[in-house]
Amino acid sequence: MSLRRSALVVCLLVLTSTACGDGGAGTTLTVYSGRTQELVEPLFEQFTATTGIELEVRYAGSTDLAATLREETANSPADVFFAQDPASLGAVAEADLFTPLPQEILSLVPDRFSDDAGRWVGTSGRARVVVYDASRISGSDLPGDVYGFASPEWAGRVGIAPSNGSFLAFVAAMIVMDGEDATRNWLNDLAANAPGKYAKNSPIVAAVEGGEIEAGLVNHYYLLRLQAEQGDTAATNHFLASGGPGSLIMPAGAGVLRTSDDKAAAEQLIEFLLSSEAQTYFATETFEYPLVSGIPAVTGLPSIETLGAPDLDLSELAGALDVATDLVAAAGLL
Amino acid sequence: MTLTPTLTDPDSAGAGPHHRSRRPAHPLLWVAAVAALAPVVVPFGFLIGRALGGGATALDTVLSIRTLELAINTTTLVLAVATAAAVIGVGAAWLTERTDLPGRRVWRVLVALPLVLPSYVIALTVISALGPRGLISDALGVGMPTIRGFWGAFWALTVATYPFVYLIVASALRRIDPIVEEAGRGLGHSQRAVFFRIVAPQLRHAIGAGVLLSALYTLSDFGAVSLVGFDSFTRVVYAQYAGRLDRTPAIVLALVLVLLAVVVLLVESRVRRGRPFIPRPSSRTPRPAPLTNRQRNLSIIGLVTLSLFALVLPVGTLFAWLIRNPAPGGIPWGSLTGSVAVSVLAATAAVALAVPVAVLVVRHRGSRSAWVERLSYLAYSVPHITVGLAMVFVASRYLGSLYQSLLVLVAVYVSVFFAQALGAIRSSLAQLSPSLEDAARSLGKSQLQTMFKVVIPLMRRGIAAGGLLVFLTTMKELPITLLLRPTGLDTLAIDVWSASGDLLYSAAAVPALLLLAVSALPTFILATRQR
Repeated sequence: MSLRRSALVVCLLVLTSTACGDGGAGTTLTVYSGRTQELVEPLFEQFTATTGIELEVRYAGSTDLAATLREETANSPADVFFAQDPASLGAVAEADLFTPLPQEILSLVPDRFSDDAGRWVGTSGRARVVVYDASRISGSDLPGDVYGFASPEWAGRVGIAPSNGSFLAFVAAMIVMDGEDATRNWLNDLAANAPGKYAKNSPIVAAVEGGEIEAGLVNHYYLLRLQAEQGDTAATNHFLASGGPGSLIMPAGAGVLRTSDDKAAAEQLIEFLLSSEAQTYFATETFEYPLVSGIPAVTGLPSIETLGAPDLDLSELAGALDVATDLVAAAGLL
Repeated sequence: MTLTPTLTDPDSAGAGPHHRSRRPAHPLLWVAAVAALAPVVVPFGFLIGRALGGGATALDTVLSIRTLELAINTTTLVLAVATAAAVIGVGAAWLTERTDLPGRRVWRVLVALPLVLPSYVIALTVISALGPRGLISDALGVGMPTIRGFWGAFWALTVATYPFVYLIVASALRRIDPIVEEAGRGLGHSQRAVFFRIVAPQLRHAIGAGVLLSALYTLSDFGAVSLVGFDSFTRVVYAQYAGRLDRTPAIVLALVLVLLAVVVLLVESRVRRGRPFIPRPSSRTPRPAPLTNRQRNLSIIGLVTLSLFALVLPVGTLFAWLIRNPAPGGIPWGSLTGSVAVSVLAATAAVALAVPVAVLVVRHRGSRSAWVERLSYLAYSVPHITVGLAMVFVASRYLGSLYQSLLVLVAVYVSVFFAQALGAIRSSLAQLSPSLEDAARSLGKSQLQTMFKVVIPLMRRGIAAGGLLVFLTTMKELPITLLLRPTGLDTLAIDVWSASGDLLYSAAAVPALLLLAVSALPTFILATRQR
């Protein structure tokens, strides 16, 4: 009984929402967001308040949503895909599901943070770093690049998040830059060091701060969030200067899907993500690097220009993503 | 009784032929059966099709992704937890039901209470209380070891599942006539000889049922193994699902996991084979077996230790985190209402469908209706991560806007937990004589009128018990919720999960304690009703 009743309610909801869309009373965009609700909902609300365009957002993992888009193909209800890593964006681009963005949007962001063919644009930058416990070791004790963590002296001292999207994208970058064999060897040596395995980046930072491990491979902003919450920390970020995969800057980004029935509104949303308002939000609230020139990163972060980020074609990452998962699993880390 | 659906052999728990109705089953009964089971059975068909369609890739996955290692890890954990749960559950049941241990009434409650604790809450407290920066180290200034991996999972799941064995065995002991045991003791046999030669054989089926629940729970567990970082199947299935674009490997691994569940079911049905022990109803209160001083002291030490690990540590840890940082972010009202709402919806729908299906399987027993029952027990036994994945796969492709809708989520809950509602309701229906219904029919009432005016009112205890069980398990459910919840729906289980993933223990304590508080009342009602 109640099952049928709730079916009815759901049908009604679906009907009314499509009816609203068709009625032209207001535009509604469907957004697939691989970035968490907590982080980006305030931005979306701001967008609706300014433009009157309603957003229906489905939140899930970036890779998960990319896989869903690839299954839905032409049936997808999505207008915009907003992802936290270039590999998921690349996977959607590779399946030819994005429609190219106009030049005036692409020109807002340096080329190296967007797709070659202009199918998606970077919205904020995330640097890979080593977070370490400054009360136990100093920055000069750290190896010059990530390969150093595979040596036996680091046994039991390092933390990683092997199933996390950022880690997998970083491994994919290593595959693209240094090849599958080098990556496999590194992962196997790392696994032999029995690293602490965590589900996400934030517990790694917490574990370094708490003395459980001495160092961890993470994105730069998790430490800044912890510091914003509890003040000074013993945990410290170290930006590897080698120009290898450990110094990668991975943009979060967005693109408009071919299935979108209102591409102008969809582009409006992406323009909004590159507005000074949104870029400042990324700088000061999520502690990422703004990618539009003229908007400074939060104080204390080294300038994005000075980071030894490798010269890497981000469009290639998608193709290496599943190989990365395989190698991580084969090394026994997943 | 309501805790122990006969998973593999519906016939043995069935009603005799005189419970059958001579009339043909109303087509609506079949509609209810299909509605209840389709949300698990249909996606499963697609899942198998996808895995087979994957062909070479699928085989590659099985061979390359440490499948053997995962199978060994998972099997070891299941065996260890099931054994520990059996020893603790049977031992505690014997002590509280058959001996002159002081304070038996209090112990009965304390030993059963951990039933309220979901595995991931126990795991969360184990992680956050121990370790070099854990609560205990902080409070006492001594470095506690970190317990993660196998032992963390073993601890959490043993505590979470021994109450199944305890409750079922204790209830069986109450129904066994103690006269043989007393005779055995009278003939000079030791306590141990009486237990192993007289009691244990009679308890075989009860222990089997309890251990089966413990083993299936462990196999299916996702929350605890993920939090402690133990590489069992469920954890790796989820990592493969979340980490890569091609979903075939996750699906293939999830199906291998289902094979393990089938193995568990088969092993259990072999153990159970043979004539079930039919207790002779006894109105006598058993004369408790006297314990020697030494036995009494050891027993008390054992039960106190058990309560420390299973009750004081988990609940105490949650309160300690709460006191350290009282309600960061306040009470999560949204998640509380979200949890209660989906659980009430699932319980109501499950009961509404279980009543007609119970009529179908009891009053219209046949090979087809026996399959309805078997499928419902299979759906109950399939690891939740597989069910969730199967539905994601089907819904994202074929159900359009219903994907991630409340309807799909609740429909899957109903399907998965349907056996609980059906088990409770069928056993109360089996106690009703069909002559009552025949009388109503001969007085001119239609089949539906008879149902609503006669059958349902007489089954209300079973209906209430079934509904409460579904409510409870839905409240605690994690992986299905994680995979299928609609945007904007928060639940307490999700809150606990994401806060503990971020190591925000104070933030996890509030929803965890709310979860325990909401679960406590229905658990209490169910546990006391068992007597």
